[in-house]
Amino acid sequence: MQGEMPTVGLSEEAVVEAIKKSFTDGVTVGVVGPRRISARVARSVVYKLCEHLKSALSFEHVSCLSGVDKVDHMEVVYHISSYANECVIEITVDVPSDDPEVDSITPLWGGANWHERETHELFGIRFKNHPKLERLLLPFDYEYFPFRKEFKLRGR
Amino acid sequence: MDLSLAPNAIAMNAKEFMEWSSGVIDEVLRASGIKKAVDKITVPIWSWALRNSIFPLHFGIACCALEMAAASAARFDAERFGFVYRSSPRQCDVLLVNGWVTTKLRPDLRRLYEQMPEPKWVVAMGECAISGGPWYDSYNVVQGVDTFIPVDIYIPGCPPRPEAMLDGFMMLQDKIRAEAKGLFLED
Amino acid sequence: MAEMWINMGPQHPMTHGLWNLRVKVDGETILDAEPVIGYLHRGWEKMTENRVYPQIIPMSDRLCYGSSMTWSHLYCMTIENLMGVEVPERAEYIRVIVLELQRIASHLMWLAAFGTDLGLLTVFVYCMRERELFLDLLQSVTGARMTYNYPRIGGVRNDLPPDFGRDCLRTLDHFEKKLDEYEEIFDGSAIFLMRTQDIGILKAADGMNLGVTGATLRGSGVKIDLRKHDPYSVYHELDWDLCTHPDCDCYARYRVRMDEMRMSCQIVRDALKKIPAGPIRVKVPRNAPKRTAFARVEDPRGEGLMYVIGDGTDKPYRLKVRSPIFVTVSAVPIMLIGYKIADVPAIMGSVDMCLGETDR
Repeated sequence: MQGEMPTVGLSEEAVVEAIKKSFTDGVTVGVVGPRRISARVARSVVYKLCEHLKSALSFEHVSCLSGVDKVDHMEVVYHISSYANECVIEITVDVPSDDPEVDSITPLWGGANWHERETHELFGIRFKNHPKLERLLLPFDYEYFPFRKEFKLRGR
Repeated sequence: MDLSLAPNAIAMNAKEFMEWSSGVIDEVLRASGIKKAVDKITVPIWSWALRNSIFPLHFGIACCALEMAAASAARFDAERFGFVYRSSPRQCDVLLVNGWVTTKLRPDLRRLYEQMPEPKWVVAMGECAISGGPWYDSYNVVQGVDTFIPVDIYIPGCPPRPEAMLDGFMMLQDKIRAEAKGLFLED
Repeated sequence: MAEMWINMGPQHPMTHGLWNLRVKVDGETILDAEPVIGYLHRGWEKMTENRVYPQIIPMSDRLCYGSSMTWSHLYCMTIENLMGVEVPERAEYIRVIVLELQRIASHLMWLAAFGTDLGLLTVFVYCMRERELFLDLLQSVTGARMTYNYPRIGGVRNDLPPDFGRDCLRTLDHFEKKLDEYEEIFDGSAIFLMRTQDIGILKAADGMNLGVTGATLRGSGVKIDLRKHDPYSVYHELDWDLCTHPDCDCYARYRVRMDEMRMSCQIVRDALKKIPAGPIRVKVPRNAPKRTAFARVEDPRGEGLMYVIGDGTDKPYRLKVRSPIFVTVSAVPIMLIGYKIADVPAIMGSVDMCLGETDR
């Protein structure tokens, strides 16, 4: 990889076709613009999809991982980008509020490590098989999950 | 403290004795006019030295720290006022708080303040240090550094220009002159 | 030998910004490292849910105050993607000019701090002096030296002043000569070369897996720059090249940033030649549609990304910020293990930290 231009690979439509062929249910995926793919994925399938993206479709880099609190359920949004194919896939996973747990993708990409820690600390979503799910930004004895919608700031 | 306690001096423990004897010496110096005479000579010299060699702590928190760095650079040149930034709090006079203080930082900042020896001053630079600034509704930002540290000078601005920071420090120099600390370092 | 954990920070001359680096040392050799951040955490993303869209622009300036124009530009791009607004071409060119001037100012601040950490104290004074020239240019356009509040959703706030082209070219000519002088100072200093070559090796594959982006990754030979690979604004119409360097050490990252400064000068000259006349701002609706949108930019420190969920009102439902230094700092232990404590300022300096965006 060192010193070489990564080989230009598949177009966005080809990536979408490859995903649809390998994952027939639990995944809804489509192209939403130049270099942009969007997918809604069930939480049982997320880890396998990410493994496939990394090994077969050369998505090398996790750009972002965030949590969203939509009062009746929560969501985890992944942005994974591919330097070889020059596109970004946005994966949204629904997570129930009473059992907020998802497989961690840190074993695949180390770049997701601190993002998952931060999402856990601010929302309370647990990531299975994460090496160190601890407080990162807030003081170690902080008790609340501040980014949940039930936590109100002053001034509101 | 009064001299009538003198016969009991043998029964005091070390701490009580220190307090009583320094109180007695202080009263004698004041009453006999020696303190006033010594102060008359030393106050101009001490206060000139204190205000022209302000050693701030090398401590930058956030955006205002970049303006503090720009103030010590070539164009605005804080060193002509005598500023030398020191890294250790034991060697500093001024704690310059430049940025928002979070609950994680608050105990460490208080500790830094207590590690500085007297005489010391605190300058709150920027809106965040004065009163929390734009982060008025944050759950983690302390609304003003004067909630846990006594502040001497407030420099407004978001961020204050380097000239504003130097103006604030000139005000601190006027304040030191007005405090008139002499050899005894108290009024 | 006795192994122990040492705290470097939060008040330490090496840490540019407020964070703590705990290193496990055996004598002088580093065995393990653990960065501790969070001393500047304000809950920025939660506070945006309390504010109307235009009110968030000055807040986004204060995310990374070293290069604040990039973050307010990124925020405006994200909201323009959300609302489906097309920015006029003159505004895009003005944005590119101001962004590249900001990139030069940010890299000069980095160079000043890097030189100071390694003992080259004159470099601090020289680089801050040049940075003042660029801040003067930015002040003539925006009115402020640091947190500009200049891009708006749908364009920019005001047009360039009348003599801006002439002043800008004069500054760039002067700066390029000075940049040669600074390169001589650094490359001629044997101490600098000894302290940065073969120190802090980060292999390309490790870097990509750990999410490292920006000049840190380009210093490992990877030819990725979001201005070329995911072009935004008008970068694809301007004439410039990627800067990269094959050695994976601190010296390579320093070289990449020096080349980037020259490349920014080239971009600004090209943009000043090609800038069209026209409007600089369009009107945007007050309420956002119920959609999601995101945008990525190449910040001087790496890849910045913002993701927004609109909910039909005039306040965002969720605004997420991806900060490049947040991820690079988590990858720092790999760069530190095996070296000595005295190498820590060189390695951390070559990563160019800015804590405002890390902690948000």
